[in-house]
Amino acid sequence: MRRRQLILGLAGASAALAFTLGLGWWQSRNRVQSPAALLPLPISEMNFALTSHHGEAVRPADWIGRPTMAFFGFTWCPDVCPTTLSDISGWLEELGPDADGLNTVFISVDPERDTQQVLADYLSSFDPRINGLTGPLAEVERAVAGFRARFEKVPQGSDYTMDHTAGVFLFHADGRFASIIDYHEDRRFALPKIRRLFA
Amino acid sequence: MKPLILSTVIALFATPLLACETFTLGDLTIEHAWSKATIGAARPGVFYVEITNSGDTDDALVSIATPAAGMPMLHESVVTDGVASMPHAMSIPVAAGQSVALAPGGYHGMLMGLTMALKEGDSFPMTLSFQNAGEIVVNVEVLSLRAEGPDCDDAN
Repeated sequence: MRRRQLILGLAGASAALAFTLGLGWWQSRNRVQSPAALLPLPISEMNFALTSHHGEAVRPADWIGRPTMAFFGFTWCPDVCPTTLSDISGWLEELGPDADGLNTVFISVDPERDTQQVLADYLSSFDPRINGLTGPLAEVERAVAGFRARFEKVPQGSDYTMDHTAGVFLFHADGRFASIIDYHEDRRFALPKIRRLFA
Repeated sequence: MKPLILSTVIALFATPLLACETFTLGDLTIEHAWSKATIGAARPGVFYVEITNSGDTDDALVSIATPAAGMPMLHESVVTDGVASMPHAMSIPVAAGQSVALAPGGYHGMLMGLTMALKEGDSFPMTLSFQNAGEIVVNVEVLSLRAEGPDCDDAN
């Protein structure tokens, strides 16, 4: 009887150990592998149709031939989006004339509120080379899916806010994915990453 | 002539330094209270400030109130697995001997229900309520939508 209890106890302990190890493995596996597993598609394989804040029809194929810098957000966002748009405006100014050869796009994940006119008003505060995109929700969803990005509408009182992928996506001129400038990454690393697109 | 010169001097020096004003409440020092211009009043505004606790007792910012917004709330921008969200912060700790910054990309006041559009150069009062130190009213300077913070000479 005692022997059986001991065996059961040992089995329990090793099961707990295995569970802990397994949990650790599963967590570290998630941390390490999920970004790689979710790489954005090359622009040439993306498929969506949006409208710029200037009123022009925009398809991803239009971006091929120039490096692309893209960011998701919404204009009702008080903190993350204006901060990123300020950062992007600063980078474009530092790049100088090189920035003219870049597709710089801000894709709204809140097309319900971010109409073409709303985007135009909002972007007038930032570098004019930033092209704001909006359109039907289904097309925004297709764009987000192509970038392997995410967004979600979150109720907030009688209103709502949007959770969304915060990184800035960089693509080579031929449409291949290059890298992401993470939101909390040291901003000094951003410019070299963008400059590499022109190499 | 003299009053004109004086008012010119005030206009030159007082206006740009508003966000650099320092307020004291017990052991707390509150400075760099600023906000960003908004387009219209429908979008939420934002409130940033720095608080230093030079005392021996932990404190916490528990709420903010302003005539400029019907529903000001404390929030924190959090990026989890690359996705930014903005959870409500019940309170923002200001530990003894520490500073905390409400700054772009982290803790911030979210000013919902703005009573009017915030224009660059405007200012509005903000009441900060602390768990222990009580309340204080500070002036908040509205900077441009692109601003990253007030340009203060912190040597003074």
